[in-house]
Amino acid sequence: MAQQIPLVDYLVLGDDPHLVANECTSCGARYFDRRNACAACEGTGFKKVDVPTTGEVRTFTIVSFAAPGIPVPFVAAVVDCDGTSVRANLINVTPDPEHVTTGMKVRLATEVIGTDENGTEAVGFGFEPLGG
Amino acid sequence: MASASEEVWVLGIHMTKFGKHPDLDTVDLAAEAVQGALADGGVTMKDMGIIGAGNLMGGAMPIGQMLQKQLGQTGIPVYNVSNACATGATALRVACMAIKAGETDMGLAFGVEKLAGAGLLAGGSRSGDSNTWAPKGRYGSVAAIDGRVGTETMPGVFAQIGQEYGHRYGGTSFELFAKISEKNHSHSTLNPLAAYTKKMTLDEIMNDVMIAYPNTRPMCSANCDGAAAAVVVSGSKLKTLSLEQQKRAVKISASILTTDPWEEACQVLPNVNDLTRNAAAQAYEQAGVGPQDLNLVELHDCFATAELVHYDNLDLCERGGAADFFNSGATWRDGTTPVNVSGGLESKGHPIAATGIANVWEVATHLRGEAGDRQIPGAKVGLTHVIGLGSACGIHILEKSAA
Repeated sequence: MAQQIPLVDYLVLGDDPHLVANECTSCGARYFDRRNACAACEGTGFKKVDVPTTGEVRTFTIVSFAAPGIPVPFVAAVVDCDGTSVRANLINVTPDPEHVTTGMKVRLATEVIGTDENGTEAVGFGFEPLGG
Repeated sequence: MASASEEVWVLGIHMTKFGKHPDLDTVDLAAEAVQGALADGGVTMKDMGIIGAGNLMGGAMPIGQMLQKQLGQTGIPVYNVSNACATGATALRVACMAIKAGETDMGLAFGVEKLAGAGLLAGGSRSGDSNTWAPKGRYGSVAAIDGRVGTETMPGVFAQIGQEYGHRYGGTSFELFAKISEKNHSHSTLNPLAAYTKKMTLDEIMNDVMIAYPNTRPMCSANCDGAAAAVVVSGSKLKTLSLEQQKRAVKISASILTTDPWEEACQVLPNVNDLTRNAAAQAYEQAGVGPQDLNLVELHDCFATAELVHYDNLDLCERGGAADFFNSGATWRDGTTPVNVSGGLESKGHPIAATGIANVWEVATHLRGEAGDRQIPGAKVGLTHVIGLGSACGIHILEKSAA
Protein backbone atom coordinates (compact mmCIF):
# COMPACT_ATOMS: atom_id res chain seq x y z
CA MET A 1 0.00 0.00 0.00
CA ALA A 2 1.25 3.44 -0.88
CA GLN A 3 2.39 5.85 1.81
CA GLN A 4 -0.51 8.13 2.77
CA ILE A 5 -0.80 11.62 4.22
CA PRO A 6 -4.03 13.32 5.32
CA LEU A 7 -5.27 16.36 3.34
CA VAL A 8 -5.60 18.24 6.64
CA ASP A 9 -3.90 17.58 9.95
CA TYR A 10 -7.22 17.11 11.77
CA LEU A 11 -7.98 14.00 9.72
CA VAL A 12 -6.59 10.80 11.29
CA LEU A 13 -6.13 7.94 8.82
CA GLY A 14 -5.70 4.24 9.56
CA ASP A 15 -8.23 1.49 10.26
CA ASP A 16 -10.72 3.89 11.80
CA PRO A 17 -10.47 7.23 10.00
CA HIS A 18 -11.86 10.12 12.03
CA LEU A 19 -11.50 13.84 12.69
CA VAL A 20 -9.89 15.33 15.77
CA ALA A 21 -10.70 18.76 17.15
CA ASN A 22 -8.78 21.08 19.45
CA GLU A 23 -11.03 21.39 22.47
CA CYS A 24 -10.64 24.25 24.91
CA THR A 25 -9.92 22.79 28.34
CA SER A 26 -11.72 25.72 29.98
CA CYS A 27 -15.02 25.95 28.12
CA GLY A 28 -15.16 22.99 25.73
CA ALA A 29 -15.27 25.05 22.52
CA ARG A 30 -13.97 23.02 19.58
CA TYR A 31 -11.81 24.14 16.67
CA PHE A 32 -10.14 22.46 13.71
CA ASP A 33 -7.36 24.97 13.14
CA ARG A 34 -4.13 25.71 15.00
CA ARG A 35 -5.07 27.97 17.90
CA ASN A 36 -3.59 30.97 19.64
CA ALA A 37 -6.39 31.00 22.20
CA CYS A 38 -10.06 30.21 22.58
CA ALA A 39 -12.33 32.73 20.86
CA ALA A 40 -15.12 31.93 23.29
CA CYS A 41 -13.36 32.24 26.66
CA GLU A 42 -9.76 33.36 25.91
CA GLY A 43 -8.38 30.18 27.47
CA THR A 44 -5.09 28.90 26.08
CA GLY A 45 -5.26 25.22 27.04
CA PHE A 46 -6.43 22.71 24.43
CA LYS A 47 -6.70 18.94 24.18
CA LYS A 48 -7.30 16.70 21.17
CA VAL A 49 -10.73 15.08 21.04
CA ASP A 50 -12.20 12.64 18.54
CA VAL A 51 -15.21 13.88 16.61
CA PRO A 52 -18.07 11.41 16.00
CA THR A 53 -17.90 9.97 12.49
CA THR A 54 -21.64 10.11 11.87
CA GLY A 55 -23.88 13.13 11.76
CA GLU A 56 -26.72 15.01 10.15
CA VAL A 57 -26.56 17.46 7.26
CA ARG A 58 -27.55 20.83 8.68
CA THR A 59 -27.12 22.73 5.44
CA PHE A 60 -25.69 22.26 1.99
CA THR A 61 -25.22 23.83 -1.40
CA ILE A 62 -24.44 22.30 -4.76
CA VAL A 63 -21.60 24.29 -6.23
CA SER A 64 -21.83 24.46 -10.03
CA PHE A 65 -19.49 27.37 -10.57
CA ALA A 66 -16.15 27.38 -8.77
CA ALA A 67 -12.60 28.62 -9.17
CA PRO A 68 -10.67 27.19 -12.11
CA GLY A 69 -9.31 23.74 -11.31
CA ILE A 70 -12.12 22.71 -8.98
CA PRO A 71 -14.30 19.92 -10.43
CA VAL A 72 -18.02 20.77 -10.38
CA PRO A 73 -20.69 20.10 -9.45
CA PHE A 74 -19.95 19.12 -5.89
CA VAL A 75 -21.92 19.26 -2.67
CA ALA A 76 -20.56 21.46 0.13
CA ALA A 77 -22.17 21.06 3.51
CA VAL A 78 -22.10 21.56 7.23
CA VAL A 79 -22.56 18.32 9.12
CA ASP A 80 -23.65 18.28 12.74
CA CYS A 81 -21.64 15.46 14.33
CA ASP A 82 -23.45 15.16 17.64
CA GLY A 83 -22.92 18.80 18.53
CA THR A 84 -19.68 19.45 16.67
CA SER A 85 -20.19 21.27 13.37
CA VAL A 86 -17.96 20.06 10.55
CA ARG A 87 -17.43 21.63 7.13
CA ALA A 88 -17.08 19.03 4.39
CA ASN A 89 -18.13 17.87 0.98
CA LEU A 90 -20.85 15.27 0.66
CA ILE A 91 -19.45 12.42 -1.43
CA ASN A 92 -20.72 9.19 -2.95
CA VAL A 93 -24.06 10.86 -3.61
CA THR A 94 -25.59 12.26 -6.81
CA PRO A 95 -25.11 16.03 -6.58
CA ASP A 96 -28.66 17.19 -7.17
CA PRO A 97 -31.49 18.43 -4.92
CA GLU A 98 -33.39 15.16 -5.33
CA HIS A 99 -30.59 13.19 -3.68
CA VAL A 100 -29.31 15.67 -1.11
CA THR A 101 -31.47 17.10 1.66
CA THR A 102 -30.92 18.82 4.95
CA GLY A 103 -31.44 16.44 7.84
CA MET A 104 -30.03 13.45 5.98
CA LYS A 105 -27.84 11.11 8.03
CA VAL A 106 -24.26 10.76 6.87
CA ARG A 107 -20.98 9.15 7.87
CA LEU A 108 -17.33 10.07 7.37
CA ALA A 109 -15.61 8.56 4.35
CA THR A 110 -12.16 9.09 2.89
CA GLU A 111 -10.95 9.37 -0.67
CA VAL A 112 -7.58 9.69 -2.32
CA ILE A 113 -7.20 13.12 -3.90
CA GLY A 114 -3.85 12.59 -5.61
CA THR A 115 -0.37 11.10 -5.56
CA ASP A 116 2.79 13.20 -5.38
CA GLU A 117 6.14 12.53 -7.10
CA ASN A 118 7.31 10.41 -4.16
CA GLY A 119 4.33 8.12 -4.61
CA THR A 120 2.61 9.40 -1.46
CA GLU A 121 -1.16 9.55 -1.61
CA ALA A 122 -2.99 12.54 -0.12
CA VAL A 123 -6.26 11.40 1.46
CA GLY A 124 -9.16 13.74 1.96
CA PHE A 125 -12.51 13.22 3.64
CA GLY A 126 -16.17 13.81 3.05
CA PHE A 127 -19.46 12.50 4.33
CA GLU A 128 -21.58 9.91 2.50
CA PRO A 129 -25.21 8.92 2.98
CA LEU A 130 -25.64 6.48 5.85
CA GLY A 131 -27.15 3.15 4.91
CA GLY A 132 -27.34 4.15 1.29
CA MET B 1 -18.13 72.04 18.98
CA ALA B 2 -20.07 68.82 19.09
CA SER B 3 -20.67 66.83 22.28
CA ALA B 4 -21.18 63.14 23.03
CA SER B 5 -24.95 63.55 23.04
CA GLU B 6 -24.71 65.33 19.71
CA GLU B 7 -27.04 64.39 16.88
CA VAL B 8 -25.49 63.43 13.56
CA TRP B 9 -27.15 64.30 10.26
CA VAL B 10 -26.54 63.57 6.61
CA LEU B 11 -26.07 66.98 5.01
CA GLY B 12 -25.16 65.90 1.50
CA ILE B 13 -25.08 62.52 -0.19
CA HIS B 14 -24.52 61.14 -3.67
CA MET B 15 -24.06 57.90 -5.53
CA THR B 16 -22.71 57.39 -9.03
CA LYS B 17 -24.50 55.30 -11.57
CA PHE B 18 -23.58 51.69 -10.80
CA GLY B 19 -22.41 49.62 -13.76
CA LYS B 20 -19.49 49.72 -16.13
CA HIS B 21 -17.28 52.83 -16.14
CA PRO B 22 -14.37 51.78 -18.34
CA ASP B 23 -13.18 55.39 -18.79
CA LEU B 24 -13.10 56.23 -15.08
CA ASP B 25 -10.51 54.99 -12.61
CA THR B 26 -11.10 54.42 -8.91
CA VAL B 27 -10.19 58.00 -8.00
CA ASP B 28 -12.43 59.42 -10.77
CA LEU B 29 -15.39 57.47 -9.44
CA ALA B 30 -14.68 58.49 -5.84
CA ALA B 31 -14.29 62.12 -6.93
CA GLU B 32 -17.62 62.07 -8.74
CA ALA B 33 -19.39 60.76 -5.64
CA VAL B 34 -17.61 63.16 -3.26
CA GLN B 35 -18.11 66.23 -5.45
CA GLY B 36 -21.76 65.25 -5.71
CA ALA B 37 -22.11 64.90 -1.95
CA LEU B 38 -20.34 68.20 -1.27
CA ALA B 39 -22.50 70.04 -3.81
CA ASP B 40 -25.63 68.36 -2.44
CA GLY B 41 -24.74 69.60 1.04
CA GLY B 42 -23.69 73.06 -0.13
CA VAL B 43 -20.22 72.68 1.37
CA THR B 44 -16.61 72.20 0.22
CA MET B 45 -13.60 70.13 1.23
CA LYS B 46 -12.49 73.06 3.41
CA ASP B 47 -15.51 72.45 5.64
CA MET B 48 -14.59 68.82 6.31
CA GLY B 49 -12.84 67.86 9.56
CA ILE B 50 -12.34 64.17 8.84
CA ILE B 51 -12.55 61.66 6.00
CA GLY B 52 -13.55 58.02 6.32
CA ALA B 53 -12.46 56.33 3.07
CA GLY B 54 -13.29 52.85 1.84
CA ASN B 55 -11.89 50.81 -1.04
CA LEU B 56 -10.98 47.13 -1.12
CA MET B 57 -9.72 46.21 -4.57
CA GLY B 58 -7.90 49.32 -5.75
CA GLY B 59 -4.43 48.48 -4.55
CA ALA B 60 -2.07 49.58 -1.81
CA MET B 61 -2.30 53.36 -2.19
CA PRO B 62 -4.48 55.03 0.47
CA ILE B 63 -7.65 55.97 -1.38
CA GLY B 64 -8.53 58.84 0.97
CA GLN B 65 -5.30 60.70 0.30
CA MET B 66 -5.50 59.91 -3.43
CA LEU B 67 -8.89 61.58 -3.44
CA GLN B 68 -7.56 64.58 -1.51
CA LYS B 69 -4.82 65.00 -4.11
CA GLN B 70 -7.53 65.53 -6.74
CA LEU B 71 -10.14 67.45 -4.75
CA GLY B 72 -8.40 69.27 -1.93
CA GLN B 73 -5.39 68.65 0.30
CA THR B 74 -6.60 70.37 3.45
CA GLY B 75 -4.46 68.37 5.84
CA ILE B 76 -7.32 66.80 7.79
CA PRO B 77 -7.12 63.26 9.20
CA VAL B 78 -8.06 60.45 6.84
CA TYR B 79 -9.08 57.00 8.05
CA ASN B 80 -8.76 54.44 5.28
CA VAL B 81 -10.90 51.55 6.37
CA SER B 82 -11.36 47.97 5.22
CA ASN B 83 -14.20 45.77 6.45
CA ALA B 84 -15.15 43.55 3.52
CA CYS B 85 -18.67 44.37 2.25
CA ALA B 86 -19.27 46.53 5.33
CA THR B 87 -16.44 48.88 4.32
CA GLY B 88 -18.66 51.77 3.21
CA ALA B 89 -20.80 51.57 6.35
CA THR B 90 -17.60 51.48 8.40
CA ALA B 91 -16.28 54.62 6.70
CA LEU B 92 -19.56 56.38 7.45
CA ARG B 93 -19.48 55.11 11.03
CA VAL B 94 -15.97 56.57 11.47
CA ALA B 95 -17.18 60.00 10.39
CA CYS B 96 -20.20 59.73 12.70
CA MET B 97 -17.99 58.72 15.63
CA ALA B 98 -15.69 61.68 15.06
CA ILE B 99 -18.68 64.00 15.31
CA LYS B 100 -20.05 62.17 18.35
CA ALA B 101 -16.63 62.39 19.96
CA GLY B 102 -16.63 66.14 19.47
CA GLU B 103 -13.48 66.12 17.35
CA THR B 104 -15.15 67.86 14.42
CA ASP B 105 -18.56 69.10 13.39
CA MET B 106 -18.50 68.01 9.76
CA GLY B 107 -17.04 64.97 8.06
CA LEU B 108 -16.95 63.08 4.79
CA ALA B 109 -17.31 59.37 4.13
CA PHE B 110 -16.99 57.63 0.82
CA GLY B 111 -16.66 54.16 -0.65
CA VAL B 112 -15.57 53.23 -4.15
CA GLU B 113 -14.92 50.07 -6.12
CA LYS B 114 -13.99 49.04 -9.65
CA LEU B 115 -15.36 45.54 -10.06
CA ALA B 116 -16.97 45.35 -13.50
CA GLY B 117 -15.93 42.13 -15.17
CA ALA B 118 -14.62 40.62 -11.95
CA GLY B 119 -16.86 37.61 -12.39
CA LEU B 120 -18.96 35.96 -9.75
CA LEU B 121 -16.36 34.51 -7.48
CA ALA B 122 -14.87 35.73 -4.28
CA GLY B 123 -13.31 32.42 -3.43
CA GLY B 124 -9.99 32.93 -5.15
CA SER B 125 -8.61 30.35 -7.51
CA ARG B 126 -7.04 27.01 -6.91
CA SER B 127 -3.45 26.72 -8.01
CA GLY B 128 -2.16 23.33 -9.02
CA ASP B 129 -1.14 20.86 -6.34
CA SER B 130 2.54 20.87 -5.43
CA ASN B 131 4.87 18.04 -6.46
CA THR B 132 5.34 16.83 -2.93
CA TRP B 133 2.73 16.93 -0.17
CA ALA B 134 3.76 19.13 2.75
CA PRO B 135 1.37 20.34 5.46
CA LYS B 136 0.90 24.10 5.48
CA GLY B 137 -1.18 26.71 7.25
CA ARG B 138 -3.55 26.57 10.16
CA TYR B 139 -5.19 23.34 9.02
CA GLY B 140 -1.92 21.62 8.16
CA SER B 141 -3.30 21.05 4.67
CA VAL B 142 -1.15 19.43 1.99
CA ALA B 143 -3.23 20.87 -0.87
CA ALA B 144 -5.87 23.54 -1.45
CA ILE B 145 -9.04 22.78 0.50
CA ASP B 146 -11.58 24.97 -1.35
CA GLY B 147 -13.80 22.49 -3.15
CA ARG B 148 -12.34 19.57 -1.22
CA VAL B 149 -13.48 20.56 2.26
CA GLY B 150 -16.65 22.46 1.45
CA THR B 151 -16.68 25.71 -0.46
CA GLU B 152 -15.18 29.14 -0.04
CA THR B 153 -17.18 30.77 -2.84
CA MET B 154 -19.53 33.49 -1.66
CA PRO B 155 -22.55 32.14 -3.57
CA GLY B 156 -21.98 28.76 -1.92
CA VAL B 157 -21.46 30.16 1.57
CA PHE B 158 -24.62 32.26 1.41
CA ALA B 159 -26.57 29.44 -0.21
CA GLN B 160 -25.82 27.38 2.88
CA ILE B 161 -26.89 30.25 5.14
CA GLY B 162 -30.31 30.36 3.45
CA GLN B 163 -30.64 26.57 3.36
CA GLU B 164 -29.78 26.38 7.05
CA TYR B 165 -32.61 28.80 7.81
CA GLY B 166 -34.95 26.58 5.82
CA HIS B 167 -33.75 23.49 7.65
CA ARG B 168 -34.38 25.16 10.99
CA TYR B 169 -37.71 26.81 10.34
CA GLY B 170 -39.12 25.31 7.13
CA GLY B 171 -40.99 27.06 4.36
CA THR B 172 -38.09 27.65 2.00
CA SER B 173 -37.52 26.26 -1.48
CA PHE B 174 -35.56 27.05 -4.60
CA GLU B 175 -38.69 28.77 -5.90
CA LEU B 176 -39.10 30.92 -2.78
CA PHE B 177 -35.52 32.18 -2.99
CA ALA B 178 -35.99 32.84 -6.71
CA LYS B 179 -39.12 34.87 -5.95
CA ILE B 180 -37.08 37.15 -3.71
CA SER B 181 -34.80 37.79 -6.67
CA GLU B 182 -37.85 38.35 -8.88
CA LYS B 183 -38.95 41.10 -6.48
CA ASN B 184 -35.60 42.87 -6.49
CA HIS B 185 -35.22 42.71 -10.26
CA SER B 186 -38.74 44.09 -10.57
CA HIS B 187 -37.87 46.94 -8.20
CA SER B 188 -34.75 47.76 -10.20
CA THR B 189 -36.77 48.77 -13.25
CA LEU B 190 -37.55 52.04 -11.46
CA ASN B 191 -33.96 52.83 -10.50
CA PRO B 192 -31.98 54.60 -13.22
CA LEU B 193 -28.75 54.25 -11.20
CA ALA B 194 -28.97 50.45 -10.98
CA ALA B 195 -26.47 48.37 -12.97
CA TYR B 196 -29.25 46.08 -14.23
CA THR B 197 -32.80 47.36 -14.70
CA LYS B 198 -34.36 44.48 -16.56
CA LYS B 199 -37.44 42.81 -15.13
CA MET B 200 -36.98 39.04 -14.88
CA THR B 201 -39.69 36.41 -14.65
CA LEU B 202 -39.54 33.63 -12.10
CA ASP B 203 -38.94 31.13 -14.91
CA GLU B 204 -36.07 33.18 -16.29
CA ILE B 205 -34.47 33.40 -12.85
CA MET B 206 -34.86 29.70 -12.04
CA ASN B 207 -33.65 28.57 -15.46
CA ASP B 208 -30.63 30.86 -15.58
CA VAL B 209 -27.13 29.50 -14.96
CA MET B 210 -26.91 27.70 -11.63
CA ILE B 211 -24.04 29.06 -9.55
CA ALA B 212 -24.49 27.42 -6.16
CA TYR B 213 -27.86 25.78 -5.54
CA PRO B 214 -30.26 27.35 -4.87
CA ASN B 215 -28.62 30.57 -6.15
CA THR B 216 -28.71 31.05 -9.92
CA ARG B 217 -26.84 33.91 -11.57
CA PRO B 218 -29.53 36.62 -11.23
CA MET B 219 -29.89 35.65 -7.56
CA CYS B 220 -26.26 36.73 -6.95
CA SER B 221 -25.05 40.27 -6.35
CA ALA B 222 -23.82 41.96 -9.50
CA ASN B 223 -20.17 42.97 -9.59
CA CYS B 224 -19.89 46.46 -11.02
CA ASP B 225 -18.17 49.83 -10.71
CA GLY B 226 -19.54 52.51 -8.48
CA ALA B 227 -19.01 54.97 -5.66
CA ALA B 228 -21.06 56.73 -3.01
CA ALA B 229 -20.25 59.52 -0.58
CA ALA B 230 -21.90 61.30 2.32
CA VAL B 231 -21.23 64.53 4.20
CA VAL B 232 -22.29 64.28 7.84
CA VAL B 233 -22.76 67.18 10.21
CA SER B 234 -23.42 67.69 13.91
CA GLY B 235 -26.88 68.79 15.00
CA SER B 236 -25.59 72.01 16.49
CA LYS B 237 -23.64 72.91 13.35
CA LEU B 238 -26.67 72.12 11.20
CA LYS B 239 -28.70 74.71 13.12
CA THR B 240 -26.29 77.40 11.86
CA LEU B 241 -26.81 76.43 8.21
CA SER B 242 -29.54 77.58 5.82
CA LEU B 243 -33.15 76.51 6.18
CA GLU B 244 -32.88 74.71 2.84
CA GLN B 245 -29.91 72.69 4.13
CA GLN B 246 -31.80 71.89 7.32
CA LYS B 247 -34.89 70.77 5.42
CA ARG B 248 -32.98 68.36 3.22
CA ALA B 249 -30.78 67.03 6.01
CA VAL B 250 -31.53 63.48 7.11
CA LYS B 251 -31.04 62.45 10.72
CA ILE B 252 -28.85 59.45 11.48
CA SER B 253 -30.83 58.14 14.44
CA ALA B 254 -28.61 55.10 14.85
CA SER B 255 -25.16 54.19 13.58
CA ILE B 256 -24.04 50.74 14.68
CA LEU B 257 -21.22 48.38 13.83
CA THR B 258 -20.93 44.87 15.25
CA THR B 259 -18.78 41.78 14.67
CA ASP B 260 -19.72 38.13 14.92
CA PRO B 261 -19.83 36.88 18.51
CA TRP B 262 -18.56 33.35 19.14
CA GLU B 263 -20.96 30.46 18.81
CA GLU B 264 -20.34 26.78 18.24
CA ALA B 265 -20.37 26.68 14.43
CA CYS B 266 -19.27 30.22 13.55
CA GLN B 267 -15.78 29.23 12.44
CA VAL B 268 -17.17 26.44 10.27
CA LEU B 269 -19.85 28.40 8.42
CA PRO B 270 -19.92 32.19 8.88
CA ASN B 271 -22.79 33.22 11.13
CA VAL B 272 -24.36 36.35 9.62
CA ASN B 273 -27.34 36.14 11.96
CA ASP B 274 -26.16 36.88 15.50
CA LEU B 275 -24.19 40.01 14.65
CA THR B 276 -27.11 41.36 12.61
CA ARG B 277 -29.50 40.63 15.49
CA ASN B 278 -27.16 42.40 17.90
CA ALA B 279 -26.75 45.37 15.58
CA ALA B 280 -30.50 45.63 14.99
CA ALA B 281 -31.28 45.52 18.71
CA GLN B 282 -28.72 48.26 19.40
CA ALA B 283 -29.94 50.34 16.46
CA TYR B 284 -33.62 50.20 17.43
CA GLU B 285 -32.66 51.08 21.01
CA GLN B 286 -30.44 53.97 19.95
CA ALA B 287 -32.99 55.38 17.50
CA GLY B 288 -35.99 54.80 19.72
CA VAL B 289 -37.89 53.22 16.84
CA GLY B 290 -39.04 49.69 16.16
CA PRO B 291 -39.20 47.57 13.02
CA GLN B 292 -42.88 48.44 12.62
CA ASP B 293 -41.89 52.11 12.20
CA LEU B 294 -39.74 51.46 9.13
CA ASN B 295 -41.11 52.77 5.84
CA LEU B 296 -38.35 51.12 3.84
CA VAL B 297 -35.33 48.87 4.37
CA GLU B 298 -32.22 48.43 2.24
CA LEU B 299 -30.66 45.20 3.46
CA HIS B 300 -27.69 43.15 2.31
CA ASP B 301 -29.11 40.85 -0.37
CA CYS B 302 -25.68 39.79 -1.60
CA PHE B 303 -27.59 36.64 -2.59
CA ALA B 304 -31.31 35.90 -2.62
CA THR B 305 -30.70 33.32 0.11
CA ALA B 306 -29.26 36.05 2.33
CA GLU B 307 -32.19 38.45 2.01
CA LEU B 308 -34.54 35.91 3.57
CA VAL B 309 -32.57 35.41 6.78
CA HIS B 310 -32.21 39.14 7.34
CA TYR B 311 -36.00 39.67 7.41
CA ASP B 312 -35.77 37.64 10.57
CA ASN B 313 -32.46 39.03 11.85
CA LEU B 314 -33.74 42.61 11.55
CA ASP B 315 -36.96 41.63 13.37
CA LEU B 316 -39.06 42.60 10.37
CA CYS B 317 -40.99 39.37 11.01
CA GLU B 318 -41.52 36.87 13.81
CA ARG B 319 -38.64 34.54 14.62
CA GLY B 320 -38.71 31.73 12.08
CA GLY B 321 -41.38 33.47 10.01
CA ALA B 322 -39.33 34.92 7.17
CA ALA B 323 -40.80 32.71 4.45
CA ASP B 324 -44.39 33.52 5.45
CA PHE B 325 -43.46 37.17 5.75
CA PHE B 326 -42.10 37.23 2.21
CA ASN B 327 -45.03 35.23 0.84
CA SER B 328 -47.42 37.81 2.33
CA GLY B 329 -46.01 40.37 -0.09
CA ALA B 330 -44.75 42.54 2.76
CA THR B 331 -41.36 43.26 1.21
CA TRP B 332 -42.53 44.31 -2.26
CA ARG B 333 -42.53 48.06 -2.79
CA ASP B 334 -46.29 48.24 -2.20
CA GLY B 335 -46.08 46.03 0.89
CA THR B 336 -46.00 46.89 4.57
CA THR B 337 -42.19 46.84 4.81
CA PRO B 338 -40.67 47.53 1.38
CA VAL B 339 -37.23 45.90 1.16
CA ASN B 340 -34.61 46.81 -1.43
CA VAL B 341 -36.73 49.14 -3.55
CA SER B 342 -33.43 50.15 -5.17
CA GLY B 343 -33.24 46.69 -6.73
CA GLY B 344 -30.79 45.53 -4.10
CA LEU B 345 -27.35 44.14 -4.67
CA GLU B 346 -28.78 41.56 -7.10
CA SER B 347 -29.71 44.24 -9.65
CA LYS B 348 -28.54 47.65 -8.46
CA GLY B 349 -25.12 46.06 -8.11
CA HIS B 350 -22.49 45.60 -5.42
CA PRO B 351 -19.34 47.68 -5.84
CA ILE B 352 -18.23 46.39 -2.46
CA ALA B 353 -16.94 49.44 -0.57
CA ALA B 354 -19.61 51.72 -2.07
CA THR B 355 -22.55 49.59 -0.99
CA GLY B 356 -22.73 50.68 2.66
CA ILE B 357 -23.12 54.33 1.67
CA ALA B 358 -25.17 53.77 -1.49
CA ASN B 359 -27.90 52.15 0.60
CA VAL B 360 -27.90 55.22 2.87
CA TRP B 361 -28.26 57.37 -0.25
CA GLU B 362 -31.25 55.29 -1.33
CA VAL B 363 -33.06 55.65 1.98
CA ALA B 364 -32.13 59.33 2.36
CA THR B 365 -33.45 60.06 -1.13
CA HIS B 366 -36.84 58.58 -0.20
CA LEU B 367 -36.93 60.46 3.11
CA ARG B 368 -36.28 63.68 1.21
CA GLY B 369 -39.12 62.83 -1.16
CA GLU B 370 -36.71 62.96 -4.10
CA ALA B 371 -36.86 59.33 -5.30
CA GLY B 372 -38.93 60.05 -8.40
CA ASP B 373 -40.79 57.10 -9.90
CA ARG B 374 -39.77 54.73 -7.14
CA GLN B 375 -40.59 57.07 -4.24
CA ILE B 376 -42.13 55.29 -1.26
CA PRO B 377 -44.89 57.80 -0.46
CA GLY B 378 -44.57 59.58 2.85
CA ALA B 379 -41.40 57.76 3.92
CA LYS B 380 -40.20 59.08 7.28
CA VAL B 381 -37.96 56.34 8.71
CA GLY B 382 -35.70 53.84 6.99
CA LEU B 383 -32.98 51.32 7.82
CA THR B 384 -29.83 50.29 5.98
CA HIS B 385 -27.93 47.08 6.63
CA VAL B 386 -24.73 45.55 5.31
CA ILE B 387 -22.76 42.44 6.16
CA GLY B 388 -19.07 42.10 5.50
CA LEU B 389 -18.11 38.46 5.68
CA GLY B 390 -15.53 37.76 8.30
CA SER B 391 -17.70 39.32 9.76
CA ALA B 392 -18.94 42.87 10.32
CA CYS B 393 -22.47 44.26 10.32
CA GLY B 394 -23.30 47.92 9.80
CA ILE B 395 -26.77 49.31 10.44
CA HIS B 396 -27.92 52.90 10.07
CA ILE B 397 -31.41 54.13 10.89
CA LEU B 398 -32.36 57.36 9.14
CA GLU B 399 -35.17 59.80 9.82
CA LYS B 400 -36.71 62.59 7.80
CA SER B 401 -36.05 66.13 8.95
CA ALA B 402 -38.84 67.88 10.81
CA ALA B 403 -37.49 71.27 9.67
